[in-house]
Amino acid sequence: MKLEPIVGRYAQFGKYRLYFEEAGQGIPLLCLHTAGSDGRQYRGVLNDAAITKHFRVITFDMPWHGKSSPPAGWEKEDYRLTTDSYTGMIMDFIRALGLERPVVMGCSIGGRIVLDLALKHARELRALIGLQTGAYVERYYDAAWLDHPEVHGGRACGAVAYGLMSPLSPEKERWETVWHYMQGGPGVFTGDLYFYQVEGDIRGRIGAIDTSVCPLYLLTGEYDYSASPRDTEAVTERVRNTKFVAMKGLGHFPMSENPEAFLGYLRPVLDEIRRA
Amino acid sequence: MIERLARLVNEDLAIVRWGRGMNDTFMVEVGDTQFLLTVRDGRIEKLEKGPFTMRPWRFAIRAKREAWDKFWQKTPAPGWHDLFALLRRGDVAFEGDQRVLMAYLLYVKLVLAAPRNA
Repeated sequence: MKLEPIVGRYAQFGKYRLYFEEAGQGIPLLCLHTAGSDGRQYRGVLNDAAITKHFRVITFDMPWHGKSSPPAGWEKEDYRLTTDSYTGMIMDFIRALGLERPVVMGCSIGGRIVLDLALKHARELRALIGLQTGAYVERYYDAAWLDHPEVHGGRACGAVAYGLMSPLSPEKERWETVWHYMQGGPGVFTGDLYFYQVEGDIRGRIGAIDTSVCPLYLLTGEYDYSASPRDTEAVTERVRNTKFVAMKGLGHFPMSENPEAFLGYLRPVLDEIRRA
Repeated sequence: MIERLARLVNEDLAIVRWGRGMNDTFMVEVGDTQFLLTVRDGRIEKLEKGPFTMRPWRFAIRAKREAWDKFWQKTPAPGWHDLFALLRRGDVAFEGDQRVLMAYLLYVKLVLAAPRNA
């Protein structure tokens, strides 16, 4: 048997009952999962001794996701993530756990919301890392099909996630990533995509980001067509002094679809943050 | 490439299992050439090459031959590796009953990618 160093707990604060996992000690590194998934995506980072030696790596499942509860009365309303609710829950979590100037790393919707954090909370954060960051993605398919009584949501969400990965990523990790998607609740992925594809267009605001207050690192897998390297480059053209790396052979879920390859890109970024 | 698709799918339970319960005919258009794939419980029962006269289908997936050639590379390049990648770049069109397409999306993706392993 191999016992992993990851520990999971539940936290109740405000309107939330959230599940979170952590490993390591040192600088807090808060990791944000993608739309319709949960914190298991960061299993590779949480299990990496080279990182947890210097960082307290933490990831929480957003409300409605993974093992976190939806709010009371969830059965009466459509779930819809918005920029304000997303940024609000991240900062609520940081304050509830008393994390001091954490590094925040998010992927996809998380890669988008770090831009909003850079605008509103730069002084409270040590650094931001956006994975698969784009300021906006135009709708190219109808996400309503992912929450339809005559379409199995788990199968459909899994099929969407499957295609966003690199064909070069290991089968085992790709199918684990698909499984997380297949376990999502009805309407949750679609509700997250409301932020990603409709409400959360941040293009007009990102020019005001000041990376001298809080550094912004952007890592994007080349096989992603939802937030492609081109989409991330468009962000670097509007925000001064970002640090952008296109990741070879990786797709939309770098930390989950190929943890080993992703860690090769992440470790130098974290070393730089630690030494700054 | 597509001619070998039926055998490649039917010999691979890892694909067939995702199509269980599907009993429908769908069209794949490779440039000007049409193919009708008839699925019975996840197996490709028939793969017919057109032209067709007044044949019904549940949904159709249409792309240029050059797009399919790139899609069917053993290791496709970024942007050519998935049906939805083609959709985002505007290089594929889905027509007909989108509900059935979305219900069996993982199966359809695996079926259409099967020629990569030929």
